[in-house]
Amino acid sequence: MTTEAADPVEAVAVSPAAGPGFLQRYGTTIEYILIPGAALVGALAVFGIFVALFGKNPLDLYFYMYQGAFGTWFSWQNTLTRAAPLILTALCTALPAQLGMVIIGGEGALLIGALSATSIALAIPWAPPLVVQITMVCAGVVGGGLWITLAGALRQYRGVNETISSLLLVYIGLAILNHLVEGVMRDPSSLNKPSTREIGAANMIGSIPGTDVHWGLVFGVVAAFASYVLIYHTVFGFAARVAGGNIRAAKIVGLGVGKLILTICFLAGGAAGLAGMIEVAAVQGRTNANLAAGYGFTGILVAFLARQNPLAIIPVAILLGGISASGGLLQRRLGLPDASVLVLQGIIFVFVLASDALYGRIAFLKGKS
Amino acid sequence: MDFAKISRRHLLRGSAALTLGSVLGVRSAAAADTTIGFIYVGSRDDYGYNQAHAQGAAALKKMRGLKVVEEEKVPETDAVEKTIESMVNLDGASLLFPTSFGYYNPHVIKMANKFPKLRFEHCGGLWSDKDPKNAGSYFGYIDEAQYVSGIVAGYSTKSGKLGFVAAKPIPQVLRNINAFTLGARLANPKATTQVIFTGDWSMPVKEAEATNSLIDQGVDVLTCHVDGPKTMVENAARRGAMVCGYHVNQSPLAPKAYLTGAEWNWEALYPKFVKMIASGEAIPNFYRGGLKEEIVKCSPYGEAVSAQARKHADDIKAKLMAGDYTIFKGPIMDNKGKTVITAGTDRGQKDPELEKMDYLVEGVIGATS
Repeated sequence: MTTEAADPVEAVAVSPAAGPGFLQRYGTTIEYILIPGAALVGALAVFGIFVALFGKNPLDLYFYMYQGAFGTWFSWQNTLTRAAPLILTALCTALPAQLGMVIIGGEGALLIGALSATSIALAIPWAPPLVVQITMVCAGVVGGGLWITLAGALRQYRGVNETISSLLLVYIGLAILNHLVEGVMRDPSSLNKPSTREIGAANMIGSIPGTDVHWGLVFGVVAAFASYVLIYHTVFGFAARVAGGNIRAAKIVGLGVGKLILTICFLAGGAAGLAGMIEVAAVQGRTNANLAAGYGFTGILVAFLARQNPLAIIPVAILLGGISASGGLLQRRLGLPDASVLVLQGIIFVFVLASDALYGRIAFLKGKS
Repeated sequence: MDFAKISRRHLLRGSAALTLGSVLGVRSAAAADTTIGFIYVGSRDDYGYNQAHAQGAAALKKMRGLKVVEEEKVPETDAVEKTIESMVNLDGASLLFPTSFGYYNPHVIKMANKFPKLRFEHCGGLWSDKDPKNAGSYFGYIDEAQYVSGIVAGYSTKSGKLGFVAAKPIPQVLRNINAFTLGARLANPKATTQVIFTGDWSMPVKEAEATNSLIDQGVDVLTCHVDGPKTMVENAARRGAMVCGYHVNQSPLAPKAYLTGAEWNWEALYPKFVKMIASGEAIPNFYRGGLKEEIVKCSPYGEAVSAQARKHADDIKAKLMAGDYTIFKGPIMDNKGKTVITAGTDRGQKDPELEKMDYLVEGVIGATS
């Protein structure tokens, strides 16, 4: 995935051909909507053929997918609930991607964030809920942030490949979590499901009023917008993208590349750590092995499908949330195995990656007839 | 042309269903008397924990007036809450079986409070007076069947070394290991059980490694307590060792090596529950039982089981069925030489002390931490 030219506004601004024509002005933006859309339609068509091979009617499939993901108010809430953690874990991959780094360890940062947030909450049982919640947010962000900063520091100071190190840190994070949850932090009454003590109902952050969707969605959307502004509308973000484009050039013009790497890694890990904190404070109420549910890994998929654009992450996370929400209905109505959802995700991934080659090559959208 | 015709017809049907979606949903729910939802944490054909429940669900499908909907691979996060709501809202389910241990707290409790008119039957949880009355937890004393397996294993081993591939050192698992070992030492007082903990419920690679390593150390009869015994059974059979199964009958996987096994008998329990509900009889919120109550059972003996072993095992089985036999009967020492159940103390199947088991009995080689 390339990170340059991810900004339609800028691309248009620097284009010498920018003229009064509609296509010339908005061609690139249209391209960014049209190509992934077409890739999605293509993937759904191929999945339809796949399902037809199993003797199921593809149109039933599309109908149930629509119904399960977006067909009713309940389905929407189901989709949004599943999308909430994915926005944050996707940022863990998308932010470092601006620097040309491939971080795939969001799951580890999520677990460490959850563990930090739980520890803090259990350490200050006397504090009022709002204080506990704010402290938990900070602890989650710092815990997850430091975790990915480790991978960034290993890359900056020791030349260790950040993709490998961040992935391995997932397993270390999980081992630490299990060790603590089954050891010193274990609630003695959690006999057959080793867990920490509960943070207490009063400290839970609850749902967005009028819905079943927890506040994690709002955190995610805000974080995605903040990331977008940071990357595309600040000097810091510009420096990061320059370094991502050509690290030697960035060094020559005097950018502090090391500082950029560590800061971006901290923010990325912080996003995933926040997702972990929310899983504790909005869903589980405590830390145990249930937290390792794969949100960190699905987040990688979301980030790549969104072409590492923080804003595009929001609709893509909702799309993947919808696919997983509708997966249940596909199992129940069509008798498809759970793995069929993974097959669909895989097909979409391949189509979107393959469609990368099309950018800038559709003559029509360049305004040249 | 042809294709266009077909798709148009289907599209029409699709859009009709779309507009009438909710009406149809209600109608189809009313057509069947009761819709029952089953939720599995893993794959329903895993030759293990989830398949045992799916077999119970299959027994319900054969009953009249019942509609069974199933969803597999649902993680122990808020995804299970959404699956329950989806089954309730879109399928009209009124009785739910969320079958994984980690679903109970907080997810099933939350859903039971949200849908007070629906019935939730959870496998493995410890229902207490504080929990909603429309939720119940059921489980079986499968250590009774493990004890019988142990007797058969004790007669069948040539080396006197038995192996146990276990997930986590939690009370339920320890109880099985201990019962298996006590049974084996009834048959062969010098028998030992070497235990290896893999650390999680589904770790096929570690389970295969553990199986191989046990066999390399001279173990010739193996059993396990993991979610999917398939890996252990197939690997052990390939290496020429004999096996005792767990969860369901795995003899189709290793017809020659399979001695017997400890199985769940959900095919008997679930229809019983449904009949109790239909006749207006209340299901106790805390429901437990063993061989006698037909919640667990033993696999039929394999051809390798000697007549002597069959006789002894049948004898003990008959006593357990009659309900006048105690497995955990003092004096019992742990494998560090400490007396854990004093002479003269009988810990019967329902003894709450056994639910807190944290030791391995004499004859087990291994440690809980």
